Amino acid sequence: MITADPKGVLTGSHYLDGDHAVAEGALAAGCRFFAGYPITPSTEVAERISARFPLVGGLFVQMEDELASMAAILGGAWGGAKSMSVTSGPGFSLMMENLGLGVMMEVPTVLVNVQRGGPSTGLPTLPAQADMMQARWGSHGDYEIIALSPSSPQECFDYTITCFNLSEKYRVPVLLMMDECVGHMTEKIVIPKAEEIEIEPRKWFKGSTEDYLPYKPDDDMVPWMVKVGDGFRFHTTGLTHDERGYPVMSAECQKDNVGRLVDKIRSRVDEIVILEEEEMEGADVVVVSYGISSRVAIPAVERARADGMKVGSLRLVTVWPFPENRIRELAGQVKAFVVPEINLGQICLEVERCAAGRAETILVPHAGGWVHDDEDIYQAIRGGAK
Amino acid sequence: MGSRYELRLSGAGGHGLLLAGKVIAEAAAIYDGRTATQAQSYGPEARGGVSRSDVVISDGDIDFPVARNLDFLLAMTQESVEAYIGDMKDGGTVLVDDSLVESVPDGDYRVVRAPIIATARDRIGKPITANLVAVGLIAGLTDVVTVPSLESAVRARVPRGTEDLNLQAFRAGLELSKGLRG
Repeated sequence: MITADPKGVLTGSHYLDGDHAVAEGALAAGCRFFAGYPITPSTEVAERISARFPLVGGLFVQMEDELASMAAILGGAWGGAKSMSVTSGPGFSLMMENLGLGVMMEVPTVLVNVQRGGPSTGLPTLPAQADMMQARWGSHGDYEIIALSPSSPQECFDYTITCFNLSEKYRVPVLLMMDECVGHMTEKIVIPKAEEIEIEPRKWFKGSTEDYLPYKPDDDMVPWMVKVGDGFRFHTTGLTHDERGYPVMSAECQKDNVGRLVDKIRSRVDEIVILEEEEMEGADVVVVSYGISSRVAIPAVERARADGMKVGSLRLVTVWPFPENRIRELAGQVKAFVVPEINLGQICLEVERCAAGRAETILVPHAGGWVHDDEDIYQAIRGGAK
Repeated sequence: MGSRYELRLSGAGGHGLLLAGKVIAEAAAIYDGRTATQAQSYGPEARGGVSRSDVVISDGDIDFPVARNLDFLLAMTQESVEAYIGDMKDGGTVLVDDSLVESVPDGDYRVVRAPIIATARDRIGKPITANLVAVGLIAGLTDVVTVPSLESAVRARVPRGTEDLNLQAFRAGLELSKGLRG
């Protein structure tokens, strides 16, 4: 097992907000290249990284905009570093084209979105979870992506490390989908010792320069990577490409190339997905939630149980890829799914699709700007249990 | 849930209430060894607008992270009184600045008026320290956090070089609370 470089690990108890905890998670994961453009409510991540990076030999660049930020972290990763950027809705939109480039070039990198109310500039300082579908489908073309959603500063630290590890393992940009409430919420976090933090190493190519084919997949469908400047001559592009990385404009190559980008994730959903389940046995209603909404739902779930209802709780730590199989399985056992989310209906659409009419799907919407009133979630649970 | 205590510090952007909330929460979570969550809400303006900082303190896990049934409300402005008085718990305490707040609607809570801004301006010589005067008052009016823990949290949180000034403001608030405790 490879563990974290102690230089970046601030072992001990700290009282940090979610944004600062993300910065510490990135440092612990070994991130040493950051490029970003400040935007509320994500700026505190960049602020802390800019102060901490000089102490660990990292490079922080404040870019001219988010298009360039996303491009720079792709370049940083090809240069051999673990790289990251952080933004919020408007910046996330600007990053979408180059996110697709990262998917196509198979770049391990991490992008954090501290969600605020939208569309457009919306509610800069207030929470939302309304970029969840954009996280999945925001860039053009067919692809699969990985996205996690933390619900506390501790999880911001822990799951930032998970994001880096997943990005290295699958060679895909990984998204940490936070929200303003988690980003600006301050709680005690415990940072473990470096030797207790497992790190997924980059999939470095070990052969000679003549033998290197940048997009020849290994058995796990993920190709080997080299560092720019180490003497390997290779080509990487956003165009559909063969194993050499050269463009091939054919339906056959498209099928191989894009098919593999999708399959390397789709075929291993069970390995990737992290779920937290509670009291699922015999449940009539299952509350499916993620991020801050999973915490807000707890009092409602407890109240419903105290009233004698059988309520299970399924928290999506990993939102993308979506745990289709688990929802399909549960749909045959429960009466209803209740989905509280700070948007007007996004992840509930996935739940509904997988439930396929076998169980009712009840959205508890919130347009953004604050968290749910737990009374609304309670009433939805009651409705579902009838 | 039985031990859950909810405070809201509210006023205008620039009053330093986010910092004040973090000081109280850190004192409880790190130095008193309890569980504390601080969450906040503010406008896009650098100064002005309504700003609030919610602190929830408990002996157990805190699921619902924001305050909604307040044991204690600090309101520095009339606007913040109007915005949040409806969230008061029966028997709670409302602390207001006596120069910026003209009236507090009647209700089943104790209202304490204190010269928060005047104390910062006249006794400390820096109106900007009003937030720490308020923290001192809260420490004196409630038993939710201990004074030594608050002093440690003040030292840890305020900008370097301003520790003594802020502690002075904190102690002025604490002293002020003695005549107001009822």
